[in-house]
Amino acid sequence: MPPAGASAIVMIRIDFNRLRFLVIDDNAHMRRILRTLLHSFGTREVYEAEDGAAGLEAFTHIIPDIVITDWVMPIFDGLELTQMIRQPGANANPYVPIIMLTGYSDKRRVIAARDAGVTEFLAKPISAKALYHRIMNIVVNPRPFIRTSTYFGPDRRRNVNLNYVGVERRKGGKADIIKQQALFDKVKSSA
Amino acid sequence: MASSKTQKPAVARFADHEVITPPHKLGRVVARATADDDPVARAEAALAQLSSQFTDWMNDECEQLDRARERVREAGMGVQPREALFRVAHDIKGQAVTLGFPLVAEVAGGLCRLIEETRDPRRIPLRLIDQHVDAVRAIIREHARPHAHAVADKLMLSLRAVSEEFLRHEGKDAPVPIASPPLAPK
Repeated sequence: MPPAGASAIVMIRIDFNRLRFLVIDDNAHMRRILRTLLHSFGTREVYEAEDGAAGLEAFTHIIPDIVITDWVMPIFDGLELTQMIRQPGANANPYVPIIMLTGYSDKRRVIAARDAGVTEFLAKPISAKALYHRIMNIVVNPRPFIRTSTYFGPDRRRNVNLNYVGVERRKGGKADIIKQQALFDKVKSSA
Repeated sequence: MASSKTQKPAVARFADHEVITPPHKLGRVVARATADDDPVARAEAALAQLSSQFTDWMNDECEQLDRARERVREAGMGVQPREALFRVAHDIKGQAVTLGFPLVAEVAGGLCRLIEETRDPRRIPLRLIDQHVDAVRAIIREHARPHAHAVADKLMLSLRAVSEEFLRHEGKDAPVPIASPPLAPK
């Protein structure tokens, strides 16, 4: 029990050896770097594919917990791959978290990736810390999915801005702001 | 690892959208950390161990860029040779900083920008492509020499100025400004 008045600081970690990753990148060196980082975090199961088509095939068979994909690849790219995965009913897990790891970093690209259904965007150069934080965010702060006539993917509103004064583009009343309790909050409240 | 158990997502329906809360299967991997557990430091150490191979990797990438340039020389800037050249340059742009060659990333990024932002890439002078590829080769080759960084920096800035001029000439009234290059590691 923490002393009265003191808040408990709960340190959490990810049990990486229970996670299965699929890394899709046409560059063998980048796959090696990612494999090294993920193994160092504690992951045992890292599967690899070298283009979008092989990635989709591997996704179907391996059923990974998290997909990490490059954007620029031959055959079809990471954006197209994301759109193919985010097809409800077309595969085993259209909700799989997808990290887009790419040399692109301009806002236009980030928005395009978000609108394709990417869960997290990670601009190269890669660092252990940035990758770890993206994975941590996926695990402890899951977002609900939104389906509209033009979009299916993780909720693009990461935060609810109570001071927002613009037009409400989603129709359906108050209940459409649904906040999923983050695991981190659950762990804290059980401390 | 992935579970084969089927759990249904919760769906809330609204006038023009649905909010779907899939079962949070990854919740099972959250655990309490111990004070001495630092996976990021572990990963950084592993990457540092790998770094003895980085110069060889950079040379491999450089060879691939050279081959893609040769293909453009032979076949012109048609879709396939152009995409192949772009992919290699983009890979180099993305990983050269990690491999310890930040100025190579800048030059490769400049080549990507030329290919992506020229309205008709077939109009890009082969000489300008050659200059980018040769600059990448030279920076990697001379990397270990004293003062190499200062020379590489000048080379990169000159290439950037020439490319900007070309893009302006090709119809871009206000070219997109390029962010300042990252600081090179000492």
